[in-house]
Amino acid sequence: MLRDLLFAPFSDFEFMRRALAAVIALSLGSGPIGVFLMLRRMSLVGDAMAHAILPGAAIGFLLSGLNLFAMTTGGLVAGFAVALLSGLVSRSTGLKEDASMATFYLASLAIGVTIVSVKGTNIDLLHVLFGNILAMDDPTLLMVATNATITLVVLAVIYRPLVVESVDPLFLRTVSRAGAPAHLIFLGLIVVNLVNGFQALGTLLAVGLMILPAGIARFWSRDVTPMICIAVGAAIVSGYVGLVLSFQTRIPSGPAIILVASLIYLGSVLFGRVGGVLPQLFPGRHLEA
Amino acid sequence: MAQLQFRDVTLGYDRHPAVHHLSGEVSEGALLAVIGPNGAGKSTLFRGIVGLLKPLAGSISAAGLKPREIAYLPQIADIDRSFPISVFDFVSTGLWRSTGIFGGIGAAAREKIAQAIAAVGLTGFEGRGIGTLSGGQMQRMLFARVLLQDARVIVLDEPFNAMDSKTSADLLQLIEHWHGERRTVLAALHDMDMVRAHFPQTLLLAREAVAWGSTAEVLTSDNLAQARRMCEAFDDAAAPCVPAQASRAA
Repeated sequence: MLRDLLFAPFSDFEFMRRALAAVIALSLGSGPIGVFLMLRRMSLVGDAMAHAILPGAAIGFLLSGLNLFAMTTGGLVAGFAVALLSGLVSRSTGLKEDASMATFYLASLAIGVTIVSVKGTNIDLLHVLFGNILAMDDPTLLMVATNATITLVVLAVIYRPLVVESVDPLFLRTVSRAGAPAHLIFLGLIVVNLVNGFQALGTLLAVGLMILPAGIARFWSRDVTPMICIAVGAAIVSGYVGLVLSFQTRIPSGPAIILVASLIYLGSVLFGRVGGVLPQLFPGRHLEA
Repeated sequence: MAQLQFRDVTLGYDRHPAVHHLSGEVSEGALLAVIGPNGAGKSTLFRGIVGLLKPLAGSISAAGLKPREIAYLPQIADIDRSFPISVFDFVSTGLWRSTGIFGGIGAAAREKIAQAIAAVGLTGFEGRGIGTLSGGQMQRMLFARVLLQDARVIVLDEPFNAMDSKTSADLLQLIEHWHGERRTVLAALHDMDMVRAHFPQTLLLAREAVAWGSTAEVLTSDNLAQARRMCEAFDDAAAPCVPAQASRAA
């Protein structure tokens, strides 16, 4: 019975196995990116970037139809353009990153929606907005895995400047010039992972697999490294449970995954060891020193 | 030998000078107090020395040292205290010059970090998150990082602000230790008694150098009164500074 519920969908159907592989790869990349987005107070930047990707994906769609490779390439170009332009504008002028990002992503979103609505049909629009993790073909799956691998390797390279710039940017500026490149590369990684999530979850929910697991992790650890591990774990669990839920109930897979993550988040808000509601209400007796 | 040399340097923001036509040099191993009223340009001068601010005119050189090789303790640290990082990890960033982006932190380095934490009296706090530290403990931690940076030139911007006497005394001891090692130390200060007692040389700054030399000669009531009079002049409609004015100022 339990076996039927939890394992049969994956042992019986190849598309479910592919979806599971995709969601695990996605989690490995998105988890750490989300943690850094949160720690750098950029949680909403992920959201903005997700919108910025739209015109690129739409142009890819216009050129070659519902071809995920073309849409991904377009999304990457658009996302990188917005990330780099707003990063450069905020670093070379006094404008704050969020403000410059907001202007660029709004323009980008307007272009994207225009393109999709002029040329596409409603079904296309639905696919762009919500993705379809159950339709992973080999090339797409390979690309998702490649992107996740690139993310982890690059993140390992820029890890130290990224951490130091998050905690003490002025210090980093006085000892190294690595701050600005690390930040721009990080923005690039956000794009890579959004495009990745975009295949599976669509533009609107792609950012969910970054931010929700990071939010969850914040309630269970006080240190960056465990936080990253917890975020990845929470994302994988959400993906797995979400797929099972979607298989058994006909809830679309993308929303199912994000719903499960939201539930885990809610549980963490209530019971989280670090700053959760209940541990704060009932902290136990205070210590001697 | 001169460790720091200011050649008619003007530093400021949006073309308005905060340090105006400063010339002079700091010799190697000097222990220099930089004093002056609020808005006198002390922090601006320090930002110029460590390369955070490009001079509007003139130049600063550090005898072959790159600005990045100068340790700097800012007055208002731009530290995100909510970031989940332990005291040990935070202090370890002081090793940046030797580890860079990829270098590992081995047993010897860990020993060094522990020693630096011990030197500022924070032993036992290694595993604590930086968000749980008091103001004084935070400052001790920042000193530990400066200690690890092992820099020839150390620039401290009002390091004793809001510190109690015990913390000030401990940190002052560290500064004198650096002085003993012939490092060049510049510190912006407001406590004249401390300057008189511990700093052999003083620069009295009020946008321009009012006096610069041995502390006893600089800290006269005439000089201090003059510095107070040269208050913060920020004029939106100020005319461009021409070399004739420059020579008069010098």
